[in-house]
Amino acid sequence: MKDLPEVERYELTEDPFYNFTFDRRQFLKVFSTGIVLLVPMSRLLAQEEQGFDRELPKDIGAWIHVDQDGSVVVYTGKVEFGQNIRTSLSQAVAEELHVPLQTVRLVMGDTDLTPFDLGTFGSRTTPTMAPQLRKAAAAAREMLIALAAQQWQVPPDTVRIVDARFVNHDQSKSMTLADVAKGQKLVKTISPDVKTTPVDQWTLAGKSIPKVDGRDYVTGRHKYTSDMRRDGMLYGAVVRPPKVNMTVDPAGPGVAEVKGIQLVRDGNFFGLAASDQPTATSVAKSITTPWETSPDPQPDNATLVDYFRKNAREGRGRPVGSVADGFAAADKTLEQTYNVDYIAHAPLEPRAAIAEFVDNKLTVWTGTQRPFGVRGELAEALHVPASRIRVIVPDTGSGYGGKHSGECAIEAARLAMATKKPVKVVWTREEEFTWAYFRPAGVIDVKTGVKNDGKITAWEFHNYNSGSSGIQIKYDIANQNIQFHDTKSPLRQGSYRGLAATANHFAREVHMDELAALVKMDPVEFRLKNIKDERLRAVLDAAVTRFNWNRKSSTMRGFGVACGFEKGGYIATCAEVSIEARTGKVKLERIVEAFECGAIVNPVHLENQVEGAVVQAIGGALFESIQFVNGSILNPRFKNYRLPRFSDVPPIEIVLVNRKDLPSAGAGETPIVGLAPAVSNAIFAVTGKRLRSLPLAPNGLKT
Amino acid sequence: MAKVTALTVNGKKLTVNVDSQTSLLSVLRNDLDLTGTKYGCGEAQCGACTVLIDGQQTRSCVTPVGKVANKQITTIEGLEKDGQLHPVQEAFLKADAMQCGYCTPGMIMSSVALLSKTPQPTREQIVRHMDRNVCRCGTYLRIVAAIQMASGQKGGAE
Repeated sequence: MKDLPEVERYELTEDPFYNFTFDRRQFLKVFSTGIVLLVPMSRLLAQEEQGFDRELPKDIGAWIHVDQDGSVVVYTGKVEFGQNIRTSLSQAVAEELHVPLQTVRLVMGDTDLTPFDLGTFGSRTTPTMAPQLRKAAAAAREMLIALAAQQWQVPPDTVRIVDARFVNHDQSKSMTLADVAKGQKLVKTISPDVKTTPVDQWTLAGKSIPKVDGRDYVTGRHKYTSDMRRDGMLYGAVVRPPKVNMTVDPAGPGVAEVKGIQLVRDGNFFGLAASDQPTATSVAKSITTPWETSPDPQPDNATLVDYFRKNAREGRGRPVGSVADGFAAADKTLEQTYNVDYIAHAPLEPRAAIAEFVDNKLTVWTGTQRPFGVRGELAEALHVPASRIRVIVPDTGSGYGGKHSGECAIEAARLAMATKKPVKVVWTREEEFTWAYFRPAGVIDVKTGVKNDGKITAWEFHNYNSGSSGIQIKYDIANQNIQFHDTKSPLRQGSYRGLAATANHFAREVHMDELAALVKMDPVEFRLKNIKDERLRAVLDAAVTRFNWNRKSSTMRGFGVACGFEKGGYIATCAEVSIEARTGKVKLERIVEAFECGAIVNPVHLENQVEGAVVQAIGGALFESIQFVNGSILNPRFKNYRLPRFSDVPPIEIVLVNRKDLPSAGAGETPIVGLAPAVSNAIFAVTGKRLRSLPLAPNGLKT
Repeated sequence: MAKVTALTVNGKKLTVNVDSQTSLLSVLRNDLDLTGTKYGCGEAQCGACTVLIDGQQTRSCVTPVGKVANKQITTIEGLEKDGQLHPVQEAFLKADAMQCGYCTPGMIMSSVALLSKTPQPTREQIVRHMDRNVCRCGTYLRIVAAIQMASGQKGGAE
């Protein structure tokens, strides 16, 4: 099965995506000796061993190379953005190979060295890449043991690897990985039935291993794309229109030459390159040229909901049961509307790229979550065959779904091709806020029917624009009509940590609270009445137990709860809030979040991810919102786009539910979805005010 | 425009040739290749560019280089001594106080400034002092733990 992206990843549907196979010549250039284990992504697997000069199987997901010197290098198209997969994947490989962690090195996200990968998103690395690499490492171990046994002329089952050394049955003989790999030229495609270490026998995985290259980060030595330089490099900048609905008029008159600056115009692209960054930036800002304005109407924050509804298309969800029957059977019905605003990813490292065009070959270093996708974008935009483009992704200063696209890479490449010199482009914070893309805004209509005993009989749910992730319910409801309505967006929008699961959980879980109030039930009791799913019950139970839910909210403190499921992970969040009397400021007092994503791979990094998601969620829940009018982004700076800070973060207690009997799911996204509804419900508990729009209280609660 | 021709960075006298109005951040990164100091916003809002000027934490993105020509500039690259990490660097590693790591140098420099003035800060003092540094990955609680750890107080990741 191909690991396909969710439908709502808008930017992925903007252009075709490419799947160029890694060719044999390239392969031979990378590997000349040693043993290579190929990890196929499809189920059809060839199993025979072969030499380096044979045809490669298609659809390779990763490979592991044990070189003559005993070094183990894993090649994967996945990229590191702070989710710590460089560490967790190393753990998986080292575990299966029975070698110390430092023996293993990862080459990530390099289109010339790593096999094709669709991208690092959707919490797919842990459930798909990690098990594949485990199998490859296990196969490598078996193969190496067989070779060692051959050398010693003993049966393979008498040879083991202990701490990166091969030993025979009584440990009287021993040799290193290098001794075995020496002189070999073997390629093996791993078979799907390779046995890997059961979770309860994990020794390296399952442990809290610190970031493998953490020292490079605390010393400032790690080179992000924006830190790199090439000999003779110029600094590029792009002339930007004042509004997002404008582009450079390609027919506009020429601009006077500026000394020491190379101006590059091509269609609606207008960029320049200078020998230093401050000059490039300031000259680009000073240039005025005629703009073309899009004829489409430009709604603003106030008119956005109408705009979404007016341009909406029919949803394609298949109803379950009959909501009409469900409403007929209900004692009470409830109809409410919920909204979410556009918000920005605001990765602390803005988009950056360095491009170099040498001997007709284009090399681009850039922080993107889709190195192969960006190679395709470059090929299409610059009319250079993809076979002559290499995209390299240095470990990047975060993305949260915001760095799927290749705008900055294309800009740097266009300038490099025009100037025949390496060019670096680093977006300013304002560019990052204005010319990237946003998490979609949306409006959600919910209508439900409920019996007086708390059983929900009908669930009708319409999401306009924000997306379909997490729209399906885990509640046990016989009659459902759940629809996502595609519509037009005035602002460029795309992936974001958790996608629409945040909006859909917000609407659903606030609505659940409203229903509980309608039938005068405790919000937890009400949810349990409608949950059959054991895993959801278990996380909800874990969260409320730790939170000590059986306390009554007062006029001083409000308690709120929310739960849900997305991308293989189950989550329940409890929030305790107070309202500052003088200012109306919503103060988070305490958060408890329970999370279960199968077997835990690295507890400390999992906890760090969950904690980080909760903190990021505080922004979207309470105050983050893009303000726009008539094509202008009104708050494209940290000065007026508020991010969560130290003082916004209450004590957060994470309860990790470890299900060693279940496969590991990704954890980078789902923990973000529970906070906003839990906080809204807690605000209701303390004030009696129901807040149905995100952000909930950008300016506090004014009474 | 006046020129700056020498700077003292991490105890070393370095030669440069830049306009005095150029930001210190730009000079460190582009002229001296000291790229541990990061650009985050360019308007002193996020703290990614934090360095020490005569021991005081300073936002290098809004500091004209002319203002610091005769001062001691310390960047993240200057904390490690003879292969030995500074206790704050050690603590950040121990507390797993980072994800993507981009804010980390600025966080560490701000922490070093705090601890040099207030060796045993309370939690409130830490939060107040660090509140102008942004970690978009949301590792704030771990950073607080790291600072407590570096100050010899209880704390740190469980």
